Amino acid sequence: MRTIKYLSALIISLLLTLINHAQTDTAEMADTMRSNGRIYVVVAVVVVILLGLFLYLFRLDKKITRFEKNGS
Amino acid sequence: MFNIMRKSWWKILCVILLLYTFIGGFLMDVPRLPALSETIRNLYFHVCMWFCMMILFTVSVVYAIRYLRSNKLTDDINSRHFAAVGIVFGVLGYASGIVWMSYTWADPNNTSFQSFGAVAREPKLIGTAIALMIYFAYMVLRDSISDIDKRARITSVYNIFAYALLFPTIWIIPRMLPSLHPGGENGNPALDTKDIDSRMRLVFYPAVIGWTLLGVWITTLKIRFSLLKEKRLLQ
Repeated sequence: MRTIKYLSALIISLLLTLINHAQTDTAEMADTMRSNGRIYVVVAVVVVILLGLFLYLFRLDKKITRFEKNGS
Repeated sequence: MFNIMRKSWWKILCVILLLYTFIGGFLMDVPRLPALSETIRNLYFHVCMWFCMMILFTVSVVYAIRYLRSNKLTDDINSRHFAAVGIVFGVLGYASGIVWMSYTWADPNNTSFQSFGAVAREPKLIGTAIALMIYFAYMVLRDSISDIDKRARITSVYNIFAYALLFPTIWIIPRMLPSLHPGGENGNPALDTKDIDSRMRLVFYPAVIGWTLLGVWITTLKIRFSLLKEKRLLQ
């Protein structure tokens, strides 16, 4: 079943490339980024930003909890 | 420490799921499709905004109905903040869609004016714009009534109507018309297991849960803050 799905996807993509003269291979993907490992830099940057945002949220959470406990 | 873990386990789950979304979303295998290429990964971000918005609006309308049954003002405050954060996620979905659209739908061979004509006819764009406008009106309506009880009752009823209008504007009409979005006239692509690639489901479902938990987390902070403010006003 899965192989049929993959095969049909492959055939469709091949047909689409026939229509699309500009594209020689299938779709253009970030293969160079992946082969020389630069994509991990992007992931690292995104994770750093995400962790920073979570830290901020946790601190905000704690601050509000403190206010709730003090009743002020 | 154990107490903190028990009370905020879902916040930790949110952190884990979103970290997984960002790492897996960037690095895991996706189908190679022409025109979309690597932008297919936006499914984990752009589409999740809309899912989160829908879930938050649903919670909002549940609290609105609860207010009408119980007359407790805390229910009304909950309802308001869930709607507000839902709007934020809706606007984020719109904004991210603009970026994605301009690199995939806008035809480079056409003038930008012609591409705009095709994109502006997109039923999902018009539908969500109407839906968000209705919720903007909810916020305006709230702030225009100064009496607290009257505001709570009127806006709770309005909230039910606003939610009812989500059905035609974002779930029914866009699925009846030809669309640039996947699915179009053949139903719901994101939840149809035969449509979405199984590799993408591996990240997509956790992403939806993670983003939703983040929305709920922000909402609870807003609710707690406004409850503190109310308490201070009473003192």
